[in-house]
Amino acid sequence: MYYFAELVINGALTGLMYSLVALGFVLIYKSSGVPNLAAGAVVMVGAYAVWLLTSYGLPLYFSIPLSAAIMFVLGLLTERLLLRRMVGQPIIMVVMLTLGLEIFLRGLGPGLLGAAPKPLNLGIGLSPMIVGDIFINRAYFVGGIVALLMIGSALLFFRTRLGTKLRAVSDDHVSSWAVGISVERAIGVSWGLAGIAAVAAGVLWGSVQGVDWTLSMLLFPAVAVVILGGIDSIWGVLIGGLIVGMLGSIIPGYVDQIVGGGTRDVVTSLIILITIMIRPYGIFGREDIERI
Amino acid sequence: MFYRLAGVHHTRYQTARGLWPIPADRWQVLFLLLLALLAPFFLSNLYLGSYILPWLIWSAAALSLTLLMGTAGQLHFGFAAVMAIGAYSSIHLVRLGVPFELALLGAGLTAAVVGSLFGMAALRVKGLYLVMATLAMQYLVDWVIINVPAISGGAQATLRTPDVSFLFLPIDTLAARYYLALGWVVLVTLFFLNVKRTSFGRALVAIRDKDFAAAVIGVDPFRTKLAAFFTSSFMGGVTGAILAFAFYRAVTPEQFSFNVSIQLVAMVLVGGLGSAIGGFLGAGFVLLVPIFLTNMVTWLAAIGWIAVSANLIAHVPLMIYGALIIGFLLFEPLGLAKIYDNIRKYFLVWPFRHSRS
Repeated sequence: MYYFAELVINGALTGLMYSLVALGFVLIYKSSGVPNLAAGAVVMVGAYAVWLLTSYGLPLYFSIPLSAAIMFVLGLLTERLLLRRMVGQPIIMVVMLTLGLEIFLRGLGPGLLGAAPKPLNLGIGLSPMIVGDIFINRAYFVGGIVALLMIGSALLFFRTRLGTKLRAVSDDHVSSWAVGISVERAIGVSWGLAGIAAVAAGVLWGSVQGVDWTLSMLLFPAVAVVILGGIDSIWGVLIGGLIVGMLGSIIPGYVDQIVGGGTRDVVTSLIILITIMIRPYGIFGREDIERI
Repeated sequence: MFYRLAGVHHTRYQTARGLWPIPADRWQVLFLLLLALLAPFFLSNLYLGSYILPWLIWSAAALSLTLLMGTAGQLHFGFAAVMAIGAYSSIHLVRLGVPFELALLGAGLTAAVVGSLFGMAALRVKGLYLVMATLAMQYLVDWVIINVPAISGGAQATLRTPDVSFLFLPIDTLAARYYLALGWVVLVTLFFLNVKRTSFGRALVAIRDKDFAAAVIGVDPFRTKLAAFFTSSFMGGVTGAILAFAFYRAVTPEQFSFNVSIQLVAMVLVGGLGSAIGGFLGAGFVLLVPIFLTNMVTWLAAIGWIAVSANLIAHVPLMIYGALIIGFLLFEPLGLAKIYDNIRKYFLVWPFRHSRS
């Protein structure tokens, strides 16, 4: 029973950290309808940025905001230079462009900075927290709290003036232009915000598993989170992350011993598949109605 | 004599609707085919075995995928899994004593049946969701292959392909394997070029343009989409089997991983969606250009023009490959086929440019 509770709690915390990666995906998709399959690589770049700044001797509390600023600008630039030209192209072009970006970044980061995993010490400590008889991974615990804070601030952000503009843009581009909202700027801002979320995800995941190219593989669970929660919903990110994390921890916890490992990817794939077959727009997503 | 449209006056619909209505194109195709047939006699084994042979086989794979993605408009990010099914089932069939010719057919059929399961998702969703669904299925197929010892031969195992013969000719030398691949790619190309002129091909195009609208004019989207997945997966399965027997000769699950699926989609897009020449050009470009450019960077570093660390050189192919995809999508979304088409149209009427219609 303790084993089960441990799996549930640690799974939920991992799931919250997945939703941090998924948050960037949703922010971009919501405003511009672009599926950013480079989300994993962007997280990797964010982690590399923090590692690079700290390796120059900057303290952590200074290098994290600085890399958030850098990633904001990089996000703006990506939107301006790459994605702006893809407006009106078929979805396969956008998907492949972001995948190409992912491949490029996966070569660039390790190529320039070395392929060996870099340690990123947040000063959290490795000893697990023990509540009752349950072991909780301390890094995951901090990560879960940061994720909750980020998702909460994203929810609050959509109530501000700029956030209202973003919601208008996500509703309808043409009507937003008509009332004087700069759609281009709103989409750019959403890319920048996604960059900031990527820094948070990169720092947390980098401290857990080291900074190297494997961070870009977070794309796959993040995709499961957004598909399950609804591809344009912030609440969906929260709930989807919790479900994906818990299922991805409970099922391998019991099944791995029987079939010999690696079932977490299978659970993630099955979540994607079953969601798409039953309710493609996810739990909280908006259903698209198509006309001829 | 340079005006290639000279003397081309079609008086019957049959000639006007031929595959290559212009004699110059026919001569070009014949010349290329002759060159391909004679290649083992004037190319060294290195070039034939490590450049031309994989290029031909991957062209066949790209053509199978472009039938689905370009002609029928169904996105597929799990095509490597389909090829893996073909490769593994052909090897197991041959090991069970089935003749190689039948094993190829069996590989195609197995791949087609499982590939139609991929198509089930296409009946429900399209666009981005179809990408995600096929991607998830790729992971599932990979996992099943790796974790079922009866298929992969145990964890981390490599399956060697048995010696086989095709129509009583033993497939043992490089030349024999080359001709096997060449025969298959010619077959696939002819099928691809001709399928567009059948009612099935036109139904596929109607589905691509708008499936609801196609349903209104009487094309059954359910049947057509499944048939598209079935046909394309059949070709992909046989290509996977030929890839295993003619090129790799020992298969591991990593040879058909998710990255290979992305590479196939990159071939199709860089070449140009839904064009036969694009399949060939895209496969060649995606396979060979990163190798060529990496060699150039290594050479420049060796003669001391640029300073590159060994670590960076190891990652240069990945960067070039990614930059290539981005560059093509930004600057020529219609791919190499469009570039080829522009050049061809220019020379078709050269030097009488004003006669271009």
